[in-house]
Amino acid sequence: MNLNEKIKKATTHISQNEGLIFEKSSPGKKGYMLPPLDVPDVDPGELLGALTREDLGNMPEVSEIEIIRHYTRISTWNYAVDHGMYPLGSCTMKYNARVNEYVARLMGLAEAHPYQPERVSQGALRILQMLSEQLIEITGMDAITLQPAAGAHGELTGILMIRAYLESRGNPRKKILIPDSAHGTNPATAAMSGYTVENLKSNAAGMLDVASLVAQVNEDVAALMLTNPNTLGVFEQEIHKIADVLHAKGALLYMDGANMNALVGKVRPGDFGADVLHLNLHKTFSTPHGGGGPGSGPVACKKILEPFLPAPVVITKKDGTLGFNYNRPKSIGRVRMFYGNFGMHVRALAYIMANGPDGLRQTTEDAVLNANYIREKLKGIYDLPYSTPTMHEVVFSDRLQNPKGIKTGDIAKRLIDYGFHPYTVSFPLVVHGALMIEPTESESKEELDQFIDAMKAIAEEVEQHPEIVADAPHNTRISRLDETTAARKPVLRWKPQS
Amino acid sequence: MLAACGVSSLEDLFAHLPEEVRLKRPLAIENGKSEYEIVDTFRALGARNAEGYACFLGAGSYFHYRPVLVDAVVSRSEFLTSYTPYQAEISQGTLTSIFEFQTMMCQLTGMDVANASMYDGSTGAAEALMMAARITGRYKSAVASTVHPEYREVITTYSRYQGMPISTFGYSKNGRIDLDTLDMALDDDTAGVLIQSPNFFGTIEDVAAIADIVHSKGAMLIVSIAEAVSLGIVKPPVEADIVSMEAQSFGVPLGFGGPYCGVIATRDRFVRQMPGRLVGEARDRNGKRGFVLTLSTREQHIRREKATSNICTNQGLVALMCSIFMTVYGREGLKELATQNLAKAHYAAEQFKESGATLLFEGAPRFNEFVIHTKTDPYAINDKLLEQRIIGGFPLKKFYSELHNASLWCCTETTAKASIDAVAKEVAL
Repeated sequence: MNLNEKIKKATTHISQNEGLIFEKSSPGKKGYMLPPLDVPDVDPGELLGALTREDLGNMPEVSEIEIIRHYTRISTWNYAVDHGMYPLGSCTMKYNARVNEYVARLMGLAEAHPYQPERVSQGALRILQMLSEQLIEITGMDAITLQPAAGAHGELTGILMIRAYLESRGNPRKKILIPDSAHGTNPATAAMSGYTVENLKSNAAGMLDVASLVAQVNEDVAALMLTNPNTLGVFEQEIHKIADVLHAKGALLYMDGANMNALVGKVRPGDFGADVLHLNLHKTFSTPHGGGGPGSGPVACKKILEPFLPAPVVITKKDGTLGFNYNRPKSIGRVRMFYGNFGMHVRALAYIMANGPDGLRQTTEDAVLNANYIREKLKGIYDLPYSTPTMHEVVFSDRLQNPKGIKTGDIAKRLIDYGFHPYTVSFPLVVHGALMIEPTESESKEELDQFIDAMKAIAEEVEQHPEIVADAPHNTRISRLDETTAARKPVLRWKPQS
Repeated sequence: MLAACGVSSLEDLFAHLPEEVRLKRPLAIENGKSEYEIVDTFRALGARNAEGYACFLGAGSYFHYRPVLVDAVVSRSEFLTSYTPYQAEISQGTLTSIFEFQTMMCQLTGMDVANASMYDGSTGAAEALMMAARITGRYKSAVASTVHPEYREVITTYSRYQGMPISTFGYSKNGRIDLDTLDMALDDDTAGVLIQSPNFFGTIEDVAAIADIVHSKGAMLIVSIAEAVSLGIVKPPVEADIVSMEAQSFGVPLGFGGPYCGVIATRDRFVRQMPGRLVGEARDRNGKRGFVLTLSTREQHIRREKATSNICTNQGLVALMCSIFMTVYGREGLKELATQNLAKAHYAAEQFKESGATLLFEGAPRFNEFVIHTKTDPYAINDKLLEQRIIGGFPLKKFYSELHNASLWCCTETTAKASIDAVAKEVAL
């Protein structure tokens, strides 16, 4: 029953056991060879004296084949987009084209030092400029910085810019309004920027309640941080009105661009009143997620905020060459050393280049189509708390499965046995027991149908054999881990057995 | 699929969007290109950068040889195209590698616990100061002027609205921190003191002496390490309370400044105030060892505005590059590698001095960077070197007006003696 005929996408197979690299180590093994020194050797003790390090303790000593086997073996314990659908809602796990990896590793780009003279950095500067121009066109904004290293870092940058702008007008104000459906990074960012957070309720349609907004916006409000489409996948229909309400009171509209992949080529935030937004290049623009990062979080803004962008910015100089301009007296300052995650900029630009305007629009349409297809096929089997039209992701709840004692987290674990990565569990918080599913444009109908069949089969299991779902996963290397003990008595590093 | 969705065209799926916000024209960007054209475009762009030049720049970004294994492993789909390991049962590869990363970072820094990476060294340093403020309940910070100037700019930005005033203390003749100005910069409200070692001038600080002063005021000492390879031969800053590292040197490409890999390491007792992700050991239902994300009640997705930081993504794949690099070189190799760096920089400093440049900040140990003073403007020297396909040292006047004709030079294991000798001729003038 645990491994049944309905599980079509996956089966069990032998996977290699592997200890930690430290457990494989033994003295004298080597996986490296340095060339002979072409300058006189030195005695570190003579140059460094008491500051000389004598020993590197438990650092590994292993051979080359042991290293590659170690990492290859543990890698097979991961699920990945290249294995199949990875429908983590809000994370946009789309295909990562390998050409992007290839171009980012070209010598002139990968080996460029951030401080090499501008004269011999024209290619890198041109990449920053091209990506900036294209992201400005895609978002409908006026100016941009590529410096932030990730989405949350972009949020911090954007809110600091709002703060600097309001300060320049005499009053930084006190509060940031944040809908109850927002990502946790939004309130955390507001707090880091010295603002207090005030929550806004969603209405019955899963949208921001404009009446509450009108009631809550006053001269103390600096901005509203809004994700659009929001984390329910719902486009804020009254976005224009929302922007007008804020602007009328001198507050600004910050858009969390985490879901920009539902809009590219169809709608531009700059056209609906957003004053500043961040993009997640690792979501919308396909840079790989890499087991957690690196990301990149460019921040685009309207003209009024442009003077406050972090320094430096890329400019075309009088002689036609490109350079950095550091002379920006109103800038919020730097948010990161150098110019941001350039390697991610290269990959995102390659993605935009491959797609062009038609491809980008089609990508958005396919992402929305795929999400709606899942919605139609699974509604009724799983509870759909909001009937409002959705875009690139769909949020169900576990309400129909609750009577059997099954929660969203259990369904997610059983999905693993069916050969899929789970959806996002228990988020957004506005839906109790949420199943947040984002297929992205990358998935074919065949892959989507397999996913839908798996979800249906699990719903049946919940009815007939809920214990199978409650104890899942059954076919993985390890069963559910005891997270409570792990947090209560944290073991955060390997130590040799004494 | 359209029929299943009850619509007749793709456009119908967007029918609920307000008419006035819809874009009614194609985006004004170039049409989609073939893979060949894309590669060709980026090759041409790469060729407009310095390709294959000898480079004497360090200053927070270090050119070390990257073993081929690094890219071979991180290019595996399972590492490249997975995400944050929320689902532990199918993420043990990532979780295991992070646990190993944390262990190696502890070993190298002499700390008890290290996180699963920050964006980079500059933001990590800012977050470390904020962490010290949370732990001590104090509100001021002090930062050495010999901390990377761009790190300091980032700290200024981060601290502005934290109610965290920052004071700066200076350096002495040997390039090390001036202990008197340090002492004066501290008071009973000082939460954290940030230094860098080796510092921006390449000088290794006397961390123990600094820690004594900082601790005597009840403040926490944060040591930033920008050149990770130094840890192969330089004693780790075990006297520190927090180590904030930039691990780029461990197998991460220069990449025009990013992505890199920050790390925060500290003592066990401070772990609950740490920002960033942590991986811990756990047991499954059969008692089998596995790894999970842990102590997440510190983080934004649980604590929202009360979180230790707003950080969400880490530098996962870059941290993996670092792990592979550290594993390839290992216990002996990291030492040998660091010693080669030491030898090359020592040779270069001696050669430059012999040919007439003045070596600044003598009298304190250095690792692989050093500062010289030349009669000629360093930018002019660099212009001449560029003609020989050599990128010269970093002119310090960009950040230190008092160091007018001084420049910061870096040699790594990749720096050829021939290039050093060629530069020696130019810096004499």
